[in-house]
Amino acid sequence: MTTAVARPIDPAAPTTAASKIFNFPRNTWYVAAWDHEVTGKQPLARTVADRPLALWRNSEGRAVAMADACWHRLAPLSKGKLFGDEIQCPYHGLRYNSAGRCTSMPAQETINPSATVPSYPVVERHRYVWVWVGDPDLADPASVPDMHQMDSPDWAGDGETIYAPCNYQLVLDNLMDLTHEEFVHSSSIGQDELSEAEFDVSHTDRGVTVTRWMRNIDAPPFWLKNMRDKFPGFSGKVDRWQIIHFEAPSTICIDVGVAKAGTGAPEGDRSQGVNGFVMNTITPETARTSHYFWAFMRNYRLESQTITTQLRQGVHGVFGEDEEMLAAQQSAIDANPDHEFYSLNIDAGGMWVRRILDRMLQAEGLPSAAAAK
Amino acid sequence: MAVNTQTWWQQGRVVETSDLAKGVRRVVLAPDRPVHAAPGTHVDLRLELDGHVRKRSYSVLRSEDGGRRITLGVQLAASSRGGSRHMHGLEVGDVVEMTGPVQSFPLGVGADRYVLVAGGIGVTALVAMADALRRRGADYTLVLAGRSRRVMAYLDELVETHGDRVRVFVDDEDVHLDVETLVGEIAGSPAAARTEMYMCGPIRLMDAIRRAWVARELPEPNLRFETFGSSGAWAAEEFVVHLPQLDRSVSVGKDSSMLDALEDAGVDVMWDCRKGECGICQVKVLDVSGRIDHRDVFLSRQQKETYASLCLCVARAARGESGSGSADPAAVTLHLP
Ligand code: FES
Ligand code: FES
Ligand SMILES: [Fe+2]
Repeated sequence: MTTAVARPIDPAAPTTAASKIFNFPRNTWYVAAWDHEVTGKQPLARTVADRPLALWRNSEGRAVAMADACWHRLAPLSKGKLFGDEIQCPYHGLRYNSAGRCTSMPAQETINPSATVPSYPVVERHRYVWVWVGDPDLADPASVPDMHQMDSPDWAGDGETIYAPCNYQLVLDNLMDLTHEEFVHSSSIGQDELSEAEFDVSHTDRGVTVTRWMRNIDAPPFWLKNMRDKFPGFSGKVDRWQIIHFEAPSTICIDVGVAKAGTGAPEGDRSQGVNGFVMNTITPETARTSHYFWAFMRNYRLESQTITTQLRQGVHGVFGEDEEMLAAQQSAIDANPDHEFYSLNIDAGGMWVRRILDRMLQAEGLPSAAAAK
Repeated sequence: MAVNTQTWWQQGRVVETSDLAKGVRRVVLAPDRPVHAAPGTHVDLRLELDGHVRKRSYSVLRSEDGGRRITLGVQLAASSRGGSRHMHGLEVGDVVEMTGPVQSFPLGVGADRYVLVAGGIGVTALVAMADALRRRGADYTLVLAGRSRRVMAYLDELVETHGDRVRVFVDDEDVHLDVETLVGEIAGSPAAARTEMYMCGPIRLMDAIRRAWVARELPEPNLRFETFGSSGAWAAEEFVVHLPQLDRSVSVGKDSSMLDALEDAGVDVMWDCRKGECGICQVKVLDVSGRIDHRDVFLSRQQKETYASLCLCVARAARGESGSGSADPAAVTLHLP
């Protein structure tokens, strides 16, 4: 059964929130795909939170997420064909409608009344197809994380998907603490001041915010280029910010930018600067693999497709460096099963994320640590 | 609405019993591997009946505390094949062999309107669905039909919980459920194509609804039901199966199915669902003396009328109206594959 059991949270229960292989809640929305990946031509196979799905679009254009296993002999429906509102199993031709109900059994005159494939709630929002693989009765479209910059006319940009060979929590840790930029991304966005600057952490029941300001510093290469796109010929010191917004279970939108030093950006006037949002939402595929959807959105020079492409390629390069580190970290974790995680001051944001997720897991009666394979 | 057809066995302890209505017993089981049972699920029980182990399916009326308490409602069937009598004899502390929840009747999401139709004890499959729909704030109607209020389990409780969403039809009060009207209303409503009907009850009621549904050209996949093949057009009676290939005849008692009787007699027969859905147990009929009471949902109406084949797991032979009075039991002659 997929239906999770709600259990009261025991405040005295020991917490293992620093588990290396963190479990994932099921009663929540996860991005399954970019909207353009789901079509009415060919089903798409994608696993979300350990559930293999066949994603497709019916004749009304509505995205559908169904278990990727035929009721009959479990052949993957994602290898089947689409006929308007129905998907046909590639093996013996059983057809299902978008609710997962079998509509035709070619070899007999009746339809077996039990023939059904689970169909999961789907919402399309912010250029993504979100699915809910937990208890469908709890699926509230209002709880889709806020990623409005993705499709707002005030913002422009684009992104990609990284297939990250690691537990989703490692990606969240990576994004909640950006001091690693100094070491992992030294040629683009890294600089010494990142580790040195003070930061603030605040949290709510579903969110965590980490704010870091660096004043009167040199702009690293990536930001200098962006400043010059908006202010041709710019040179000089900048005030730089990183404001990391986490929203449960796994969406992190990072407000980043630089402005001409001393022009009031920390006080709220960003007119003399460039502002971007790094939009990240991470979908656990299995306990050790993740789909990492990201985009870089900006609020200046909206008309320039050149800048959109350059930014996408730039961030692609930066995230490639993270991906390498995350894969290496996961291998080291697997190779050292007896070694624990320890925490540093810089992990405060990431630890709040774990606390929130831990409570979601407890509410579903699930342990913090995912089952080892 | 996960579908789970996977079956694993565990032990369940009887923790409570009570009478729900005349002839309807409530049995609460505490399984040793609790799993929440979603609306529409049933559990299979392995029962020792007259020295034979038999599998019987019962809808989960209610799943509480993450499946630590599974409530079943069991009607003492007049034509019981032994299962319901056994269930009515259970006492607190007894232990039964049971499966985890099996889902072959899942409640869908996203329909504009839901109509749940329960005939008699069929209500047990729909109580949890009605609760789920109410929690979701869905648009639904619960139709309850029965012979008399005394035998209708959960009637008062359902009326209290669901108020004017409940429509009650009681035969001995002369308020009969008119299937044509019910289905006609659905067909005439603006949500016709997006209304799902879930039904559970006697096969005759379900057949009538199916016919009306098809006649009104409502989308067939929107009509959802589950059958355990336990009710037919005629009451169960003893009959005989002739097997000319094997040169023998087997008598089928009132309490046993044809499949059970053949297996008990050592005849090798193939089957899977044992509830008249899959057609695996289908065999050719060579001759009939009396009527065939098919009770399956695998054969089409036309196939049933030709009497060319039947499903061993649920079909029975009966003397029928015409044969009443005759002393000889009904008989079928079968060709085994
Ligand atoms: S496995 Fe899909 S039709 Fe047989
Ligand atoms: S065993 Fe499935 S119809 Fe008889
Ligand atoms: Fe990074």
